Amino acid sequence: MGEEFVALSLPPILIGCLAALACALPGNFLLLRRQALIGDAISHVVLPGIVLGFLVTGTSSTWPMMLGAAIAAVVAVVLIETVRRVGRIEPGAAMGVVFTTLFAAGVLLLEQSDTSSVHLDVEHALYGNLESLIWLDATGWSSLWDPVALAWLPPELTRMAVVLVIVALFIAVLWRPLAISTFDEGFARSLGLPVSALGLALVIVSAIAAVAAFDAVGSIIVIAMFICPPAAARMMTDRLAVQVGWSMLFAVISAVLGYVIAGYGPLWLGYADAVSAAGMIATISGLILGAAALWGPKRRGAQS
Amino acid sequence: MMGQMFGLGYNVILVATGAGLLGLAAGGIGAFLFLRKRSLVSDAISHATLPGVALAFLVMVALGGDGRNLIGLMGGAALSSLAGLVIVHWLDRRTRLGEDAAIGAVLSVFFGFGIVLLTVIQTIGAGRQAGLESFLLGSTAGMLRSDAIIIAVGGALALAACALLRRPMTLVSFDPEYAATQGMRPARIDMAMMALALAVTVVGLKVVGLILIVALLILSPVAARFWTERSEVVALLAGLIGGVSGAAGAVISSLAPDLPTGPIIVLVAAAIFAVSLVLAPQRGVLAGVIAQFQFRRRVHRRQGLLAVAQGQPIYEPYTQRLLRQEGLIRRDGVATSDGQAAAERAALDERRWHMLRGLPEAAPMAARYDGLTPIETVLTADQIADLDRRLTAEGAA
Repeated sequence: MGEEFVALSLPPILIGCLAALACALPGNFLLLRRQALIGDAISHVVLPGIVLGFLVTGTSSTWPMMLGAAIAAVVAVVLIETVRRVGRIEPGAAMGVVFTTLFAAGVLLLEQSDTSSVHLDVEHALYGNLESLIWLDATGWSSLWDPVALAWLPPELTRMAVVLVIVALFIAVLWRPLAISTFDEGFARSLGLPVSALGLALVIVSAIAAVAAFDAVGSIIVIAMFICPPAAARMMTDRLAVQVGWSMLFAVISAVLGYVIAGYGPLWLGYADAVSAAGMIATISGLILGAAALWGPKRRGAQS
Repeated sequence: MMGQMFGLGYNVILVATGAGLLGLAAGGIGAFLFLRKRSLVSDAISHATLPGVALAFLVMVALGGDGRNLIGLMGGAALSSLAGLVIVHWLDRRTRLGEDAAIGAVLSVFFGFGIVLLTVIQTIGAGRQAGLESFLLGSTAGMLRSDAIIIAVGGALALAACALLRRPMTLVSFDPEYAATQGMRPARIDMAMMALALAVTVVGLKVVGLILIVALLILSPVAARFWTERSEVVALLAGLIGGVSGAAGAVISSLAPDLPTGPIIVLVAAAIFAVSLVLAPQRGVLAGVIAQFQFRRRVHRRQGLLAVAQGQPIYEPYTQRLLRQEGLIRRDGVATSDGQAAAERAALDERRWHMLRGLPEAAPMAARYDGLTPIETVLTADQIADLDRRLTAEGAA
């Protein structure tokens, strides 16, 4: 049991947790700033980004695709802002215009180009392939102390860990200015804080988290983790630091429980195959949000 | 046969008609959602259809059916997206979450659950689920004729409902308080609006796919909004744009094998949006740039003329060029007789404005002073004559 678990289940669970945390952390601020749907928009435009990254470099290695995705995310944010300002369109509609167009372009590019040689398709983009991130060199719990085996950990695990550290550092270092500009923009301005730059930096950090998580686990988890854990945490408390703590707990519970139910649930019920872990993680995060919305102590507090 | 006329098959004509009707209805409904600033609710509605499609398939298979009956799948989609809509509404009203967070939560969770169900279907009935994935991105290749007819009829019905409800929906999206005084219930009309958006989404699932159907509800009205300030016209134009996108997209995608219908329809709509953004007469980017140049020109011309009137030299090159081109100054900068006359007029206009702005009773009119507008466009001849009498009196004093 231990052997199989460490090789087949531990890496995906860890990657799922790291991805969930990296998205949930900035998600707290996006939620309070009423920009919750930025994560949704970013995860749609990542598709044309990775396809372009693939077409330009001709390789399916990770970095060009992630770079393409990151560029696409920034381009999308700039486009949304442009459409909103130039066209004097309300933000929601501007977002809808940009992300649907870019996503459609991504699908068309994908269909037009010969990507059959690599594993690149819309379904993969949507729900990732968490189950395939296995650690074949592990022979049991002892492998965790074995440098030879550790070298063959799935690269997504290291990458996601690095991104989580970047996201966490960004939020820890800029905690006060971020908090002040989120709750009272006018006051933040009067303190001389660079409010617009902070907002843009937050969106870029979210994009980095989204792109890295997307590569590992697909876009459903990204959207769900940006919104559900922070939203559930919002029903638990009025204090930002406590909210961030709750959101991290909810993110980890969703990732672990979701993976375990998806992987082992069907077996317990007597079926042979697992169901989508990404989908199940999103589902669990939704159930947590539902419970918080029904019974959370602060569910009726001031609107955020 | 009409089909052969364009070299298109009968089925393509049928699908294009269906997509056109669907686009018309989607644009019309989308316009009202857009005017109510609730465009993205449709994103939640469309993603929330997935579990319904999968559950309907499972139920139909369990009852011994084929599982791919389009009406059955559409029914399931409608039910689950209705549930999603109710939850968005509930989260928005009953908890502290805003509508945007509610939309994001519902769309990701319902979609995730739908994906779980799709993998369940793969597990229990391998092979037979073929086709459910096509609901993600839409597909018209190999569509059954009966399905095409269902979509065309569904689109027509949604369009008819939109036409019937256009008066109350216009009123509510323009001014909900006023609509309430007219005996309407804005909440009910809003609900009807959402129900229509839901209907369009469900009908469009097969053609455009659930990820991109929102584009028809958002792109067409946003594009239409550039051309007019009147909400009924926005709805009409949005319908037209949606209809053209739907029909043209369906035809284009039938021309080659790897042109997926949904994305092509969306990209046609996006192209119309881009053209509108640039070229629209009032709100377009080009119009804005031209207006800015014209404004700059007027400011420089006016300032130049005032300088001439006061006998000051003009150094600024753009102003010099402008006045020279109009024959108001000579190459050496000295005003021509035309220039002198125009400068006198500008100076007089400025003096009249100055006098007007000094009169407390004229405040509303004086507020229109921007240093550019000729006073004749604000005041009547009598009022100007009165101003001139005051100016003379002031000059005498």
